[in-house]
Amino acid sequence: MQRYSAFSLLRNALGHNRNWGRVWRSPEPKQGYDAIIVGGGGHGLATAYYLAKNHGMSNIAVLEKGWIGGGNTGRNTTIVRSNYLWTEAALLYEKSMQLWEGLSQDLNYNVMFSQRGVYNLGHSLQDMRDIERRVNANRLNGIDAEVVGTAELGKAIPHLNISPGARYPVLGASLQRRGGVARHDAVAWGFARAADALGVDIIEQCAVTGIDVSGGKAVGVQTTRGPIASDRIGVVVAGHAGVLAQMADLRLPIESHPLQAFVSEPIRPVLDTVVMSGAVHGYISQSDKGELVIGAGIDAYNGYGQRGSFPVIEHAMQAIVELFPVFSRVRMLRLWGGIVDVAPDACPILSKTPVEGLYFNCGWGTGGFKATPGSGWAFAHTMAHDEAHELNAPFSLERFSTGALVDEHGAAAVAH
Amino acid sequence: MLLIECPWCGPRAETEFSHGGEAGITRPANPDALSDAEWADYLFYRSNPRGAHRELWNHARGCRRWFVVERDTVTNRIAGSFRLDEALPVPASAAGKQAEQGD
Ligand SMILES: Cc1cc2nc3c(=O)[nH]c(=O)nc-3n(C[C@H](O)[C@H](O)[C@H](O)COP(=O)(O)OP(=O)(O)OC[C@H]3O[C@@H](n4cnc5c(N)ncnc54)[C@H](O)[C@@H]3O)c2cc1C
Ligand SMILES: [Zn+2]
Repeated sequence: MQRYSAFSLLRNALGHNRNWGRVWRSPEPKQGYDAIIVGGGGHGLATAYYLAKNHGMSNIAVLEKGWIGGGNTGRNTTIVRSNYLWTEAALLYEKSMQLWEGLSQDLNYNVMFSQRGVYNLGHSLQDMRDIERRVNANRLNGIDAEVVGTAELGKAIPHLNISPGARYPVLGASLQRRGGVARHDAVAWGFARAADALGVDIIEQCAVTGIDVSGGKAVGVQTTRGPIASDRIGVVVAGHAGVLAQMADLRLPIESHPLQAFVSEPIRPVLDTVVMSGAVHGYISQSDKGELVIGAGIDAYNGYGQRGSFPVIEHAMQAIVELFPVFSRVRMLRLWGGIVDVAPDACPILSKTPVEGLYFNCGWGTGGFKATPGSGWAFAHTMAHDEAHELNAPFSLERFSTGALVDEHGAAAVAH
Repeated sequence: MLLIECPWCGPRAETEFSHGGEAGITRPANPDALSDAEWADYLFYRSNPRGAHRELWNHARGCRRWFVVERDTVTNRIAGSFRLDEALPVPASAAGKQAEQGD
């Protein structure tokens, strides 16, 4: 692997940038691997990377049906925070946050992690009580969190409408200063490059069409590029988890829904933090290119088409204009949808399954980008040891039959 | 925008309806007789197909009645609406077959 540094930038600039090497190989699939990861999104690539880095496994393939990062990883609004209410969730997302804080150095790839702060607005007395409760819970878990009032909000976010006459007046917010955004594509590429350097085969244009199970054990996969054997298979396909589960005759407590986002035309710097509101349901930040990045809610009905419905777009726009009347005349440039895998308790599933050697990592729903490094870290442990790490042990499939759900639905600020 | 056919009111815009999830899930007659896994399946596990899906809709901003719609979850094409008291045609989806489209 060609290491990136200021010196390599300079050297390549002198060569008119014609000598940069390939960032990862494009190998032919082998007949078998020690482990297979299905799905080349951020979570799958991170799993492969940590399997290699932390557990010394390098005979691994990541199989991706399209191009890496083309799923939700490359479609999300990139908000990173760890201020979840329940301890189980908070610790998992906080592990991720700590990995984010050193990720660019660790991967030798700039993932543009920008800790610009995340505000979750409250619009009612009950919102504010929930915010105070969550901030206190976060602090008890060692996670930075503050309650801020409208005066401070007005100073920090000058264009936010804090007028008491607003339809949904802003009464305050929680603030996680360590939260922020990262560059989604760079996360996929950075993990891919680092995993590749440790020997992982990243195989794009390779859809898994079947999971081979023999005597209750996973033995390999069928793909559009032929069968590949392995007795350790990790499925990390987000919205398609149900489709893969069916290949192994499993059912999941997951439903897939479209979730949309949009970006505006680029404008001058106007918003240097992240603002989210669960009550009016919109969230917004500004990218380094100047585009406003805006997220919507999910379509209430199931869907696998990567586009969402118009009423949801309209609703998100109303929310943003309500919060920032100054944006009412900004034009939207692009909009798109991803398919998110929603679990009944809005928490992920990182779990063994009834099929030995088959593991599922899914259920991140509308909010898993922030968890990319932590998810890969914990899931790699689970696959390497055939046993959950204590961080992801509460997130097994069993919780749906024991009843030990981690109910972040409604408890978390807003689901992203 | 989906155009959904209410069996009583005819075709109406999606915004008049609310979605009630997968159709055909009946509360077990004797929950005490179920294992935890069976109860979990009733409560939380869904077929979530990529393709034909039978689902409940409620004409919430209309006649407020519930009915069943068969919709393709990839194309959003609606194959038909059915009243809860009428027998559904042999399901295209019941075999658990998935639509073969790519996306
Ligand atoms: C519009 C939108 C906004 C969001 N905003 C945020 C946010 O602000 N913050 C946040 O934390 N999260 C957010 N999320 C959620 C976040 O994007 C996801 O939880 C996360 O990116 C999931 O990563 P992943 O690697 O599991 O899935 P993906 O990136 O979707 O990767 C799964 C991969 O599996 C591949 N695949 C599927 N089927 C097969 C097959 N049969 N064979 C081989 N490969 C297959 C797919 O092609 C895909 O590349 C948002 C999501 C969306 C859609
Ligand atoms: Zn009606």
